Amino acid sequence: MLEALAPYALPIIFIILSPVIGGLLMGVDRKITARMQSRIGPPLVQPFYDVMKLWGKKPFITNIFQPILAFGYMGFAFLALALVAFGMDMLIILFTVAIADICLVGAGYSSKSPFSYFGARRELLVIIAYEPLLFLTAICIYLVSGSFLLSQLFLLGLPLAMLLPGVYLTMALVLLAELKKSPYDVSASAHAHQELVRGVYTEFSGYSMALVELGHWGKAVLMLSFLALFWANNLVLGSALAFVFFFATIVIDNSYPRLTWQKMIRTFWIAGFALILLNLAGLIIIGVI
Amino acid sequence: MGLIGQSRIKSPWVLHFDCGSCNGCDIEILAALTPKFDAERFGIINIGDPKQADILVVTGPMNLRNFRVLKTLYEQMPDPKAVMAVGSCGCTGGIFFNCPNVLGGIDKAIPVDVYVPGCAARPEQIIDGFVLALKKLAEKSSEGGTKK
Repeated sequence: MLEALAPYALPIIFIILSPVIGGLLMGVDRKITARMQSRIGPPLVQPFYDVMKLWGKKPFITNIFQPILAFGYMGFAFLALALVAFGMDMLIILFTVAIADICLVGAGYSSKSPFSYFGARRELLVIIAYEPLLFLTAICIYLVSGSFLLSQLFLLGLPLAMLLPGVYLTMALVLLAELKKSPYDVSASAHAHQELVRGVYTEFSGYSMALVELGHWGKAVLMLSFLALFWANNLVLGSALAFVFFFATIVIDNSYPRLTWQKMIRTFWIAGFALILLNLAGLIIIGVI
Repeated sequence: MGLIGQSRIKSPWVLHFDCGSCNGCDIEILAALTPKFDAERFGIINIGDPKQADILVVTGPMNLRNFRVLKTLYEQMPDPKAVMAVGSCGCTGGIFFNCPNVLGGIDKAIPVDVYVPGCAARPEQIIDGFVLALKKLAEKSSEGGTKK
């Protein structure tokens, strides 16, 4: 009985620990940001305080859809994470993440507030910017490994990042947008940047904001585990490089201002498509596919 | 005090509203958030959204044009919350006391928990005010502010 469950132990431990990892990542983010501005910064566990406080506040719900969709955002983000942990189909994972994003957009649109409306519209633009790149990534992985299943990556002789360096860098670019970091924080940004009030987060309060925050942690862990899976044969190195990319996003966040949405889509598509197509051309020339 | 009560004290998010002040106090409030005084080490974030804020920081004398805005902002903040009046004008009306269009201190419209006097109030005083406001917040949350 126990032997049969053994292969599921690691994924389940990862799923249970993922909110803790996500919260600590956000804490590290705030601490490093503070150090870069020569401040002391909040304690490492500050995101947990924030979420618990938001959970305890009196709810201020504008309509019944909003908390449901906030729960959907959190739920689908962690469902996608669970699918990654069990090495499921890349396409299904991308669809699940897309549903999570659409939940957030829907929650933004569900309120009459113009700020939340604008934020939702901009969130859609961010999705338009990165979603084609994510799907091209899935297709590239299929071309190289012959399967959409993430568990197949472990059977490849070479790490994926060696075969698909361009796609790897594109995923790092998507990480910037998924974490809502400058210069791609057009829909809403993490604390301390204010524009259009709080963007798509404007109408959330109390426990629904706590759920959205949890969903954001889930997505952060999800993107970093994607990056780690590019080194499936050597997950320690993969995770270390994923953290290097995470650190790079913090540096970029602190050194670049927000782009307009036109420039965001232009830079995303030009850089992303160029990297992926060059990568594919290289693979065809050396005869891998 | 439970875990949520503890967290409340550790993460006060601030909403800053200018009721027509001369911007002296506003600059000092922003100074309190900058690297030198670094209010974020106490978890204080200047959030632009009343629905997620815990402490309302108001500067300037309230006048006939904006007291409704102030009331709306106060009502949009979910409980438990605290209000801090910063500067002489915010506390009493200051040098604008008895002007025809000025109503006086903001306590004429909404209940104020902490008064930070001074023209302009210093960043150290403002951080001290935050600490007092947190004590008030803790008292309020132990009075059953956690009820949903």
